[in-house]
Amino acid sequence: MVPTLAGVILLIFFLFKFFGGDPAEILAGQVATQEQIESIRRQLGLDQPWWVQLAIFVKQIVSFDFGKSWMTNEQVSNIFASRLPASLTVMVPILVLEVCLAIPLAMLVAYYRGRLIDRAIVIVCVLAMSISFLVYIIVGQYLFAFLLGWFPVQGWSDSFWKNLTTYAPLPIILATMVSLAPQTRLYRTFFLDEIGHDYVRTARAKGLDERRIMFTHVLRNALIPILTYVALLLPGIFAGAFLIEIFFSIPGLGREIYLAVNRSDYPVIQAVTVYLAALTMVINLVTDVLYKFVDPRVVLR
Amino acid sequence: MAAIAQPMAAAPAERSQGVWAAAWTRLKADRVGMVCLAVVAAFMALILLSAAGIVAGGWQLEKGVPYANPGFLGQRPNVEAQSIDLAAPKGPPVDISDIDPLAPKYAEWDKRAAEIQTSSPPRAETLPFGGDRWGRDVLAKSIKGAQISIFVGVFAAIMATCIGTVLGATGGYFGGRVGDFLEWVYNVFTAIPNILLIFAFAAVVGRGIDTVIVILGLTGWTGIYRLVRAEYIKHASREYVRAAQAIGASHPSRMFVHILPNISHVVLVQLSLLVVGFIKSEVILSFLGLGVPIEMVSWGTMLAEAQTELVIGKWWQLAAATAFMAVFLTAFSLLTDALRDALDPKLR
Repeated sequence: MVPTLAGVILLIFFLFKFFGGDPAEILAGQVATQEQIESIRRQLGLDQPWWVQLAIFVKQIVSFDFGKSWMTNEQVSNIFASRLPASLTVMVPILVLEVCLAIPLAMLVAYYRGRLIDRAIVIVCVLAMSISFLVYIIVGQYLFAFLLGWFPVQGWSDSFWKNLTTYAPLPIILATMVSLAPQTRLYRTFFLDEIGHDYVRTARAKGLDERRIMFTHVLRNALIPILTYVALLLPGIFAGAFLIEIFFSIPGLGREIYLAVNRSDYPVIQAVTVYLAALTMVINLVTDVLYKFVDPRVVLR
Repeated sequence: MAAIAQPMAAAPAERSQGVWAAAWTRLKADRVGMVCLAVVAAFMALILLSAAGIVAGGWQLEKGVPYANPGFLGQRPNVEAQSIDLAAPKGPPVDISDIDPLAPKYAEWDKRAAEIQTSSPPRAETLPFGGDRWGRDVLAKSIKGAQISIFVGVFAAIMATCIGTVLGATGGYFGGRVGDFLEWVYNVFTAIPNILLIFAFAAVVGRGIDTVIVILGLTGWTGIYRLVRAEYIKHASREYVRAAQAIGASHPSRMFVHILPNISHVVLVQLSLLVVGFIKSEVILSFLGLGVPIEMVSWGTMLAEAQTELVIGKWWQLAAATAFMAVFLTAFSLLTDALRDALDPKLR
């Protein structure tokens, strides 16, 4: 984990150091004298050799002090604190809903494998996956918010409950609908895998009814690969909803980093990338440990 | 005797089918796969024609009135096109020449303006599938957009596949220190959430078709690396590779001449999966303004324009871009499935 984090820091540092524009020129703006650029360069330590700059970068990361955004002068730590709740308000319900809906749907499809309902749902899934996420959001926002007026077109407030009940439902519904198709398709293969096993035949042979076989025997075993997949999705809750956030003007982390990319705001991009990578690694570690409880066959090394 | 000897003699001459020939036979039996192959081939022909300038070469020409109606909706009122004429002031112009400091220059400017030839070709009221804000043909735009989007998707996928295959082959074949180092690089790239990695690259390399290809290629190689590496670990100790070593084949020769053809079906399926994923990514990047430059058109920039057009009821650009994209991606995804089934008959 530590070498990986070191690698992430190195990658981000060298990416911005050698391929990014000169920070001093970005900061100084269009009209700046040579002295101004020089003084900014001295302030940021850009006149130092690269290993000193790397040390400065590492110090910033370790001390959680990335300074201020170049463009808005907001503290980077403040950006995290204020944007993360909005992202989570949208992403946690999406994750819970899509998993809870996809599992029964996939089970149904897998049970009727090869019949009309199975083929129909699989084809609908492929078709649904071929249309860009953007189209769902554009049309959904136009139809449900603009034409029908069921939801506000966009917006956000300071109150958590108002956000969750007024502004978040439409983004949540749209994102859930979109991710339902690929997840159903994937979980279907997990269920099919389990249904083919010998223990299912044994259960049928001893006369258990189908409902018990599906819900107790098959579901429990199929949950293991499903949980692995959900663990992979989990880090996405921080910045995964960037499109949703951009469309619905939700002040979340994803939208923030998009805005930062557009205005070449390097500290924000670097900080968000490094910290989210670290957070991702922590989550992966925790899910690995939890995994042992779900599947006793797993041995942690 | 001759009757028996004949089939005996014919048997060795009839070689067993090669992997690719067998896969082709299986693919031909798959009706859905063949239809999809035809659709994908048609798209490829279309983008070749478009790249050669035969089709949709004039997509930038403003052929119709702004927001020209589609041909099948000719009677629909088009307020936006009329508002251009309404913008001109009514009534006689007020004479302010005695206080206008620029008045003496007008005659000279008029003369110089007259020297430059301008032409305003007649604008059509309707276009086959409607027009956009500047009266450009949406159908031509969709074809040109298909060319750019598919081009970016295919080349980014080829780039990612090359990186992933070479690194995966090296890591899996040699193992040891080299393998550990490549595993570390892999871990670093997968530790960063994909979209953040793309954004970080986009922040430093700027805009343009080539940079989109580079961004997607450099960030998307990890999955294929993993699979290729696993295959190489499996194959490196097989007998045919050791036989190759015995006859003096070098490391690169064993890696790419002997092993690679045996795992090429894995690579091919991954390549086509990547194409689908990268086309979707390109559309999103272009939509956000981080992709193709503004003088180009892709399905993503069309969708970006369509968002505002939809509010005033001009839905055809959205419909055209979506339909082109959905048809191509559905066909390509189903073709990938068929390809996987054909290449890997053990799977099922």
